[in-house]
Amino acid sequence: MTQEEHRLAVLGAGTMGVGIATLAIGYGVPVVLVDIDADRRAEAPDKVRQQLRMAQLMGGLRRDAQAGGLTVTDSLDAVAEATVVVESITERPEWKAKLMAEVTAVLPAGTPVLTNTSGIPVDELAGAAVRPEDVLGAHFMNPPYLIRAIEVVRGPRTAQASLDTALGLLTRLEREPVVVGDGPGFVINRVLQRMINEASRIVQDGIADPAAVDALFTGCLGHRTGPLATGDLIGLDNVVDSLQVLLDRTGDEGYRPSELLVDKVRAGDLGRKTGRGFHDYQGAQR
Amino acid sequence: MTTSTGDRTTEAVQRELMGFLSEHTRTTWAPDTDLFAQGGVSSLFAMQLLVHIESTYGISITGDDLNLDNFRTVQRMTALVERLRGEGSDG
Ligand SMILES: NC(=O)c1ccc[n+]([C@@H]2O[C@H](COP(=O)([O-])OP(=O)(O)OC[C@H]3O[C@@H](n4cnc5c(N)ncnc54)[C@H](O)[C@@H]3O)[C@@H](O)[C@H]2O)c1
Repeated sequence: MTQEEHRLAVLGAGTMGVGIATLAIGYGVPVVLVDIDADRRAEAPDKVRQQLRMAQLMGGLRRDAQAGGLTVTDSLDAVAEATVVVESITERPEWKAKLMAEVTAVLPAGTPVLTNTSGIPVDELAGAAVRPEDVLGAHFMNPPYLIRAIEVVRGPRTAQASLDTALGLLTRLEREPVVVGDGPGFVINRVLQRMINEASRIVQDGIADPAAVDALFTGCLGHRTGPLATGDLIGLDNVVDSLQVLLDRTGDEGYRPSELLVDKVRAGDLGRKTGRGFHDYQGAQR
Repeated sequence: MTTSTGDRTTEAVQRELMGFLSEHTRTTWAPDTDLFAQGGVSSLFAMQLLVHIESTYGISITGDDLNLDNFRTVQRMTALVERLRGEGSDG
């Protein structure tokens, strides 16, 4: 596969899907972005435009780069032309499994489908695909155009050729893949989601407030953001969904979403995307 | 450079930017403090600043000007505003 030939399809135009589309477009790779939600589709082109500027501002993209084209649609038909597909819909195992079956049915054999799942084992989703060997994990971080390293998950049935094509695209996008094995939460989220959950329990138990928890992780441990600010950036709804995925697959009670997290999601305080989560982002955005 | 970008306007831009910053970060910043240094504002806030500057001063920041260095301090942002407004009104 020569470099110019890549065409990317991204399924799901949420927080991550838009960011992944921005990354590819910024490197001149054309993108088809698919979402079932009409509002998400309508907002997507503007969001991509803003994020391209954000990426350039932060030095994540070369300023002279020729942008790739963006097509936004609700139909999987346009996906058949893609050389690589990234699945980035809501973290619900049943939804992802259904989509995995549908999308692999329209794709030619050998087109890799990369799931951006936070924690569902790749092999579980591969089991729903027409060709399990075409499925692997690519765990982009938010925002994908500013974070170069990426956790790539090889499932037990993933074909070498699919992995190679996926790595080819990621290299073309100047990412730095780290290939790891399969399992609930892979490497990062097996630890990170647990940490966010535990930090939220600390707040729930009245041991420290969110500012104090995060100040300790940034100040003492040198983390760029504390666990609760990280949860706010991810989206607390996604954190709860991811914890549930991990709890269901490990039986480990440490992953049971804390009451405080569940309450915040119920109240619609999902983090940065709604202006409030553990921290407030309305009047005082830093 | 046009007459509208003289010293008095520079001061007004600087004051307005410092007001925006203190309102949104609940911290007071000196005109030459690096906002993005350790303990400063997040990179996400940079984008908010950029959008604010564009809409307040009717300019668009593109190409090589999309550089964090232009937003590091109130002084640099003011200089950017002055330059782009000057370019605009000079045609
Ligand atoms: N938010 C993060 O920081 C982060 C980081 C890494 C990975 N992830 C993972 O990425 C995935 C997406 O997360 P997000 O935060 O962008 O979620 P999100 O809720 O912001 O977006 C999900 C989008 O998927 C769409 N969707 C749902 N079902 C669909 C279908 N069948 N076909 C097409 N579109 C569909 C929804 O309408 C929505 O727009 C999840 O698996 C999540 O666990 C998230």
